Amino acid sequence: MSAPTLSTGKASAPPPGYHPRPGGPAPAREEFVRAVRRNVTAHGFLIGAVLCFSFFSWYPMVREFVLAFQKTEDGETTWAGWSNLSYVFNDPAFWQAWRNTALFTVLALLLGFAVPFVVAVVLNEFRHAQGYLRLLVYLPVMLPPVASVLLFKYFYDPGYGLFNRILEFLHLPAQQWLQDPGTSMLSVVIASTWMNMGGATLIYLAALQGIPGELYEAAELDGAGLFRKIWHVTVPQTRLILSLLLLMQIIATMQVFTEPFLLTNGAGPEGSTTTVVYLIYQYAFNFNNYGAAAALGLLLLVVLAGFSAVYVRLSRSSED
Amino acid sequence: MRSAGFRRTRRASAAAVVTALALTALASCGTSSSGDGNDDSGSGSSDPSAPLDPKTKVTLTIDCMPPAAKAAELREWNEDVKTFNKKYPNVRIEGKSTPGQCLEPPRFTAMLKGRSQPDVFYAYFTDLQQVLDNDGAVDISAYVDDTSVPALKDIQPQVFDVARKDGKLYALPTSNYTMGLMINRKLFTQAGLDPDTPPATWEEVRAASRKIAALGKGVAGFGEYSAGNNGGWHFTATQYALGGDVVDASGRKAAFNDDKGKQVLQQLHDMRWEDDSMGRTQLLKWGDLQKQIATDKLGMFLAAPDDIAYMVQQLGAKYENFGLGPIPGAQGTLFGGNNYMIKKGSSPDKIKAAVAWLNFKNLTPGKGQFEWARTKADKLPVGLPQPNFFTGGSKAKDDADRAANATMPVENFKAFMDNPVQGKAEPPKAQEIYKILDNAMSAVLTNKDADIDKLLDTAEQQVNQILAHQ
Repeated sequence: MSAPTLSTGKASAPPPGYHPRPGGPAPAREEFVRAVRRNVTAHGFLIGAVLCFSFFSWYPMVREFVLAFQKTEDGETTWAGWSNLSYVFNDPAFWQAWRNTALFTVLALLLGFAVPFVVAVVLNEFRHAQGYLRLLVYLPVMLPPVASVLLFKYFYDPGYGLFNRILEFLHLPAQQWLQDPGTSMLSVVIASTWMNMGGATLIYLAALQGIPGELYEAAELDGAGLFRKIWHVTVPQTRLILSLLLLMQIIATMQVFTEPFLLTNGAGPEGSTTTVVYLIYQYAFNFNNYGAAAALGLLLLVVLAGFSAVYVRLSRSSED
Repeated sequence: MRSAGFRRTRRASAAAVVTALALTALASCGTSSSGDGNDDSGSGSSDPSAPLDPKTKVTLTIDCMPPAAKAAELREWNEDVKTFNKKYPNVRIEGKSTPGQCLEPPRFTAMLKGRSQPDVFYAYFTDLQQVLDNDGAVDISAYVDDTSVPALKDIQPQVFDVARKDGKLYALPTSNYTMGLMINRKLFTQAGLDPDTPPATWEEVRAASRKIAALGKGVAGFGEYSAGNNGGWHFTATQYALGGDVVDASGRKAAFNDDKGKQVLQQLHDMRWEDDSMGRTQLLKWGDLQKQIATDKLGMFLAAPDDIAYMVQQLGAKYENFGLGPIPGAQGTLFGGNNYMIKKGSSPDKIKAAVAWLNFKNLTPGKGQFEWARTKADKLPVGLPQPNFFTGGSKAKDDADRAANATMPVENFKAFMDNPVQGKAEPPKAQEIYKILDNAMSAVLTNKDADIDKLLDTAEQQVNQILAHQ
């Protein structure tokens, strides 16, 4: 039997075993009942998903939009016009949070985008123990994020941390890591990359393994070395996956919260790890200013929507 | 062979089950833990001065009931409910407990926003404006008098002042504190310092910190917060202690960019970088210093007395190991505390029942939380210098009971008790100001070359910006 389909409203052929009543065609009501019966399964499955999306995605989005233009004082909720946005723009931490988020995104792309790709290329060259190595690379993803972050917090501790012990062993000067505004964000990015690179590596690896071996053989016959093979075969063949992961990474990294929240208790030295999402958290849960939180959330949404639009445009033009 | 009809029926059943499960899940997500409506039966008098009608059945939901993990506290709670029910058999108390910290600000804020607070809910002194903004609490002024709360005249006016707005009372206190200097007596003794005389000035703190840090093995002399808005909170406490302020009397301008504000940052900078007596690990917030001092890795930090109970009960430290002195400088100190509010929309009977319960449980010397003989028998802490909101005859009775049943060496807190420092409330827009001051605190503790004048100038400008957009 074919999969249930939604009714198109057009008249369809009668099902097997259907016998029209003598005296003429079936009334419209019967036709409607049959259409409902035919599609009830599909609608039944659909309704759960639609309800879930409605309650947990679409309604909060609409509510956020409304909240961004409201304020609540002494129990009275009133329309606030642009005042929430004005508050957000006048917050001294606003531009710093955007700068920090942009810095995190750039660093996370430089490290978090390149490192998994290189690791995947290297893994792909292994003939033996590839499954074991894949597991090893993916292992950090399986750790609870909080456990991973706290592990790095210990590594970075300037007093007893592992990294300074290593530097000491190598007779190099100790670093402040998370406690220096100059290195705090880089330290957060390193921890974040270690935690999250497993998933990206496996996706790259799958893409690499989908490249036909003949292309590499042809490149070798043409005298290409390792780097030329990567540049002329691997990169073009994985371009779609690379673009998709790039976009996903930008969207994910611009919403960074857990790592700075746990590693530097949020703001970091002199506010150097205050991110946009941490600022939203501060507005909502420490300042009880949901209007400002929603307004800043809306700004972030606009920026991320901009990135998505650019991506869609780029992918369309590449298809053309 | 199964028929097409049977397969259709099976698919339809599966779809129905999936839909039912989804709807059930959604419905359960939306279920409030506390009934919003009034489930009172009967109709008591709506006159606030009239006593609670014994014929009216009232059910009260109350949060911060001790969780099962705190067996002794929970037993005391249940005993108190039984005793209360002897006088008020018509009132049913439904306690709600939360594992871990009873009030976590993010959860509290979300609870108010979702209007899911219980009938009687726990709050910090500083939460009043937030609760009123969310229309969360009822005005109980007319319900609180010498009859409903007999010890009313003996309770410090200050703890009621923070629960009032526009002359209306919104809460009844359960505890209060003022900040002092917590010391580790073992480290003081090892460093050749007198643990019975905690440092009284910041110069003495610095000298003691150097001596304690000289013990080595990763021991820090003095510790301070600089993250999670806690740095700004302690900057404020220290500024008050030096006689300074954070916001001027109008509440519209920053008032910390002065010699005292500079002293606060300079002394921390010097202890961290010149003396190296504050440890290398910074960006600390509440909970971090408690762990350090409980494990004999820290000599001193600014704290409220109830930190001792936390360190003993949760971190396994010993009461004997801690001492408490007044905040160095002693010109003023931050005060704070907790209270209970009653949910907006509660019926007069519910409010009367709630006031009766709160009076019995939290505001009567010798009863409820002040039944010190029982607390001692249950091996719970007796002798901490808080709650400390009684005056007059109630204070005399409570002090005597507390001293007679002390389970800890109360003489270790003598310096704190004998030298009370005037408490001062938090500034307006406290958390937003603390967030800005966190930057200055973290800068002097993590950057040897921090420019203190510039930090204060920037913080002043930013705080003025926040205050201008209230």
